Amino acid sequence: MKGNEVIGEAAVYAGCRYFFGYPITPQSELVAYMAKRLPEVGGCFLQAESEISAINMVYGAASAGVRVMTSSSSPGFSLKQEGISYLAGAELPAVIVNIARGGPGLGNIQPSQADYFQVTKGGGHGDYYTPVLAPSSLQEIVSLTREAFRIADEYRTPVILLGDGMLGQMMEPVEFEDEKPLPKVREKKWATTGTKGDGPPKTITSLDLNDTQLEIRNNTLQQKYAAIKEKEVRVDEYLLDDAAYAIVAYGTVARIARTAIDRARKKGIAVGLIRPVSLWPFPATIISEYSSVLKAILTVEMSAGQMIEDVRLAVEGKAPVFFYGRTGGVIPTVDEILQQIDRLTEEVAI
Amino acid sequence: MKTVFKRTTGLTDAETHYCPGCTHGIIHRLVAEVLEELDALETTVGVASVGCSVLAYHYFNCDMTQAAHGRAPAVATGLRRVLPEDRLVFTYQGDGDLASIGMAEIVHAAARGENITVIFVNNAIYGMTGGQMAPTTLLGQKTATTPEGRSSQLQGLPIRVSEMLATLDGAAYIERVSTHDPVHVLKAKKAIKKSFEIQRNRQGFSMIEVLSSCSTNWGLTPEESLKWIKSQMIPYYPLGIFKQQPCIGEES
Repeated sequence: MKGNEVIGEAAVYAGCRYFFGYPITPQSELVAYMAKRLPEVGGCFLQAESEISAINMVYGAASAGVRVMTSSSSPGFSLKQEGISYLAGAELPAVIVNIARGGPGLGNIQPSQADYFQVTKGGGHGDYYTPVLAPSSLQEIVSLTREAFRIADEYRTPVILLGDGMLGQMMEPVEFEDEKPLPKVREKKWATTGTKGDGPPKTITSLDLNDTQLEIRNNTLQQKYAAIKEKEVRVDEYLLDDAAYAIVAYGTVARIARTAIDRARKKGIAVGLIRPVSLWPFPATIISEYSSVLKAILTVEMSAGQMIEDVRLAVEGKAPVFFYGRTGGVIPTVDEILQQIDRLTEEVAI
Repeated sequence: MKTVFKRTTGLTDAETHYCPGCTHGIIHRLVAEVLEELDALETTVGVASVGCSVLAYHYFNCDMTQAAHGRAPAVATGLRRVLPEDRLVFTYQGDGDLASIGMAEIVHAAARGENITVIFVNNAIYGMTGGQMAPTTLLGQKTATTPEGRSSQLQGLPIRVSEMLATLDGAAYIERVSTHDPVHVLKAKKAIKKSFEIQRNRQGFSMIEVLSSCSTNWGLTPEESLKWIKSQMIPYYPLGIFKQQPCIGEES
């Protein structure tokens, strides 16, 4: 299965029965997969007239209390930001997939990690965050898609699943049976399904014209984000026990970095990998702890340097932080990263 | 003593925020009375839009979801595709919301034949933001953003949404009504009821365009406003049924 199709099947496995999509490369296989798959399981797929409509259909479906998903790629994801802000403000659970591509503007259709700022810093207007999960293999897509729906339901929040064109297009064998099915959707008493049999009318809105009331509402959101930060940090650590150096990388780049690390180890360089799996909440504490014992840290991204800002904030100057990035859809090679590891050891030696 | 009139249970006790002379209150009541008469208050989900009617969820006595500007038909589509068929879904949108920023959403909801009811309140102006030009603003009409009056050369011509949507095969029922006198208010109620019945019969998309007043931003008294609807709006926005697909069982 292609990565995009794995997301679709993983969503079905997680109990998602509603999908509102719009074509954009390199995520279109997911839309096509859902169009075929959801009717087979009694769900509903609908192709919207735009990404904007798709995310607002998600808002409507989430209002009715079901597990629902939409997907896009960078330019289309930008169009969804208004809707994501509304979902966050109205506290509606949904999963939004971004199979990112080169930007800015129309950019190209090659893999990129240049949407990091957008997905981890809110993205739309207002004080909000969305949990962001970044798988680096197709098997991990299965477990993180499930997690995305769990987090969305548990905290009543939109959750972003972030991949890139490479992850979406690549093929790998995956096992679904290893994953425990997500429990059925808990009864959502807040859902607007008609009041029949359940008391006074319910309202779903993000509006509060009273400033004090809105501040109370916003503080409640912030408390929720604090709880997510405490409980939902995910990070993958590789060969860090004896490491003098560490690479911080996520998603596709983390796979390449891992191979480079294996080769560096053969050359006798003690380097490991810190792979943030949740980009928000960012694994700042873990990076902070390692930075006290590391000689240097290298951040590798398919961007001009976005996650490195969070890495530097976490490190707080306790170790030098270097950066290597490729942009425009260019994927860094193992050799390039290996060279960077060499550079790291030289720079620190001076 | 016989009760000849009582407040509809379709509205909450909340006092509306609408200006004197505004007909939103009347249109709210018509929708509420229709839902009460159809015994549908417990099985209806409404979608409030952005504009003066943004707080409609305080007034309608049924489940309500509030949508982003122009997106109510998309939100209603999401609800419709999830909710059981016995549920009724309606949007309540103004002309800035529906005919400008939300044009794509309304056109495609109609084209899909989405089984929803749209209450489209046309007062030829953006009310909530302080009286700017809407796509429905009449030629020569002065607004905050057309201080010299709307000019066809500068701002183009007003859009007749009902006529436009009636060209779409997916639309089942489209009617334009008015609220400028009691006779037309009663006709408006009839149209609104018909549109919910069409939805209940699962016949697809229906929209009732309701000509409405905005005394505050038109700079007219309430009485002058009603006259303005009759003398200025109706000649450009003629009343009537623009689309009526045969009812189920009536095809032959």
